[in-house]
Amino acid sequence: MDHADNPQTIAPIKSLFGDLTSRSWFWPMFALALIFMVDGVVSPGFFSIRILQGRLYGSLIDVLYRGTPTALVALGMAVVIGTKGIDLSVGAVVAIVGAVMTNLIHRDMSPPLVLALTLGAGMLCGIWNGFLVAILDIQPIIATLILMVAGRGIALLIDEGLIVTFRSDFFSAISTGEFLTVPSRILVAAGTFLALWLVLRRTALGLFIESVGGNSAAADLAGINAKLVKVGAYALSGLCSGVAGVLICADIRGSDSNNAGLFIELDAILAVVIGGGSLAGGRFYLGLTIIGVLVIQGLTTSILVSGLPPQYNMVVKGVVVLIVLLLQSRRLRESIFGAFRRKTS
Amino acid sequence: MTEAGAPRIELLGISKSFPGVRALENVDFRLNAGEVHALLGENGAGKSTLIKIMTGAVRRDTGAMLLDGEPVEVASPAEAHALGISTVYQEVNLIPTLSVTKNLTLERQPRRYGLISWRQANERARERLKRLRLDIDVERPLASYSIAIQQLVAIARALEEDTRVLVLDEPTASLDAREVELLFAILRDLKARGIAIVFITHFIDQVYQIADRISVLRNGRLVGTAPTAELPRLKLISLMLGRELEHVEERPAISAAVAHGEPILAAEGLGRRRYMGNFDLQLRAGEVVGLAGLLGSGRTETCKLIFGAVRSDAGQVRFEGRPIAIRSPRQAVRLDIGFCPEDRKAEGLIPELTVRENIVLALQAKRGWLGRLPHDEQERVAQQMIKTLGIATPDADRPVGQLSGGNQQKVILARWLASKSRILILDEPTRGIDVGAHAEIVALIRHLCGEGLALLVASSELDEIVTVSDRVEVLRDRRKVGEIVGADVTRENIIRTIAGG
Repeated sequence: MDHADNPQTIAPIKSLFGDLTSRSWFWPMFALALIFMVDGVVSPGFFSIRILQGRLYGSLIDVLYRGTPTALVALGMAVVIGTKGIDLSVGAVVAIVGAVMTNLIHRDMSPPLVLALTLGAGMLCGIWNGFLVAILDIQPIIATLILMVAGRGIALLIDEGLIVTFRSDFFSAISTGEFLTVPSRILVAAGTFLALWLVLRRTALGLFIESVGGNSAAADLAGINAKLVKVGAYALSGLCSGVAGVLICADIRGSDSNNAGLFIELDAILAVVIGGGSLAGGRFYLGLTIIGVLVIQGLTTSILVSGLPPQYNMVVKGVVVLIVLLLQSRRLRESIFGAFRRKTS
Repeated sequence: MTEAGAPRIELLGISKSFPGVRALENVDFRLNAGEVHALLGENGAGKSTLIKIMTGAVRRDTGAMLLDGEPVEVASPAEAHALGISTVYQEVNLIPTLSVTKNLTLERQPRRYGLISWRQANERARERLKRLRLDIDVERPLASYSIAIQQLVAIARALEEDTRVLVLDEPTASLDAREVELLFAILRDLKARGIAIVFITHFIDQVYQIADRISVLRNGRLVGTAPTAELPRLKLISLMLGRELEHVEERPAISAAVAHGEPILAAEGLGRRRYMGNFDLQLRAGEVVGLAGLLGSGRTETCKLIFGAVRSDAGQVRFEGRPIAIRSPRQAVRLDIGFCPEDRKAEGLIPELTVRENIVLALQAKRGWLGRLPHDEQERVAQQMIKTLGIATPDADRPVGQLSGGNQQKVILARWLASKSRILILDEPTRGIDVGAHAEIVALIRHLCGEGLALLVASSELDEIVTVSDRVEVLRDRRKVGEIVGADVTRENIIRTIAGG
């Protein structure tokens, strides 16, 4: 090490390093930075952003753009996981929302009304989940599995078994358009993030959710309506999936109930966990969840730009996720770095 | 087999310490062949540690163990089993979805040509059950039988041909009267065959039904062993509860004005079927009401009914004279009632949240989710509470799970003080707290009372009840059996009331 001849600097640097690595944001940010650095080396134009026909273009924008639906779903997932729950039905909710939206558009309703009703449908799905979990006391994984299985069926029933397409300038503008050169869906996601942050962190709802997730019985005895808080968390998740569903459906200009949002729950759960959320509940991190999404999406994009065949995608993703999770485990970290420190000293 | 009456197990001078706790101190325990020996004591008295030393689950620090006169070292439960010492724990630790046969032959299935012979296994299972005069279909899943039968299957599993000692840890906790009879008939049978039985329970009536001798542990010491016939109930209960006072504190005089004031809260015939018998209770500002009784007498139940944590199905509550039904903790909190539960970890703390968040939780719940306390205000409240109650924490942003037991208890107290509670219900406020913090909490209770709070304190520590209470409600078998007021609040009076004198 360079500092070996200057003992005074070692201790503060070591403690700074220890301080940094124990922060919850360190490892997700580190992973993201590493992925982008590798991309920058492999593909020299990775960081360049340019404006073409009044719209931002570039690999970084691409990562954000493609990550948007997962990010929306993951935000809701983070809240639910904070209550010690899980929501497997998010993909099915995306499909239901798409079908409802397509159906309403074909009824010639005004677009804002369609949007409101569609998001309401997403929220209703969440309330259903919350009812099963909080009121009927069904384990979250089973309760949301019900809608995960039935949801696509419901969507197919609404679509009458077809892939129904539509044309709507309003929804195209929301999903694939741009506003002041920024792709509008990124602004939609940013707006949702901000709204969610205000609702959770500028009111006491976030604290209630974390206390219910940390110890539901204790929260109840402290005077918190634990059941209602849980229903609220699932409703928020349904709403977030609803926003994602609107973007996905408007993107393909149609409702594809079999494929819309397929497996999105897995990426969303992964993103939450990479962002430091524990499935044991008790804490949620909205910002770090977004970082988690970017790690996953960044990986996918970098495999594409690196020229590796896309079938590597899944495997590489699995390996990187495993490494990030292992690094977050304090015990493992201590044993690895502990051994390293013993060797160097 | 040795003759009945000869010592089967002798434990001599046993001591055992766990980090920070002295669990057993110089305990002598003698178990005779062919007797049922009841081992009694309140929570934390050292019963389970003593049993675990006998059955090899815990190593003793000092002392000796003799089995039929021979010194033995028991290093593991398996070794104890091989020596003929078997244990049946309180929770039936069998696998309910498997058949009775599979449960009985789990780690020793008879094999034929390398394959399990189920015919032979069933045969063996029936053999084992026959020793308990039990004739049931061994191929049915265990869960299809009543808890009593499951309990017997557990005993059958523990019993070998050469079992010399059988330890039963609260075997009757979930049995009804008829099932208890069935179990006792079998115990008498086993006794007649010279097996020595250790019987742990907190049902005093059952002790007098079945036990030949009684040993009482208190705070890690053996405080007495006697034949059942020579130990009347009063004596037994004072042995269990009556630790000699080591730090006698002066009881404060209660002012007459308080004693005759209007109650803030009055329970009238409050109760719940199969949970707690109907009781009356008044709480007044500036008065501490103690709840005394043995383990399982209904202390926690009383607290939970008043707080609405368990819904009552009889009687009513008057709050400042108005009749009101408290149906949920939420409602109680809005009436300015606070509750520090007995099991801090399970029902009190939210370990991942910080000290600050835990302290403001009830206040925040009262204000609703839209009335968020700004961060600075939270910090101010938390700092004030940390200072007032002397909570030892480097800062308010530490996860509360990292604090010591006494400081965690103070955090929960702080939660209710921060939310301006006028009535505080404390269930075992000093459980699992070291001596220093113990005295602090007791002093704090008196102080809060002086500030005009109404307090209800449930405790298994009789001295604590006597020290803090202006009035004591005495409970037995989930019924209120008496009330002791003012100068009459003494250990002797409480014990006499518990014993039913």
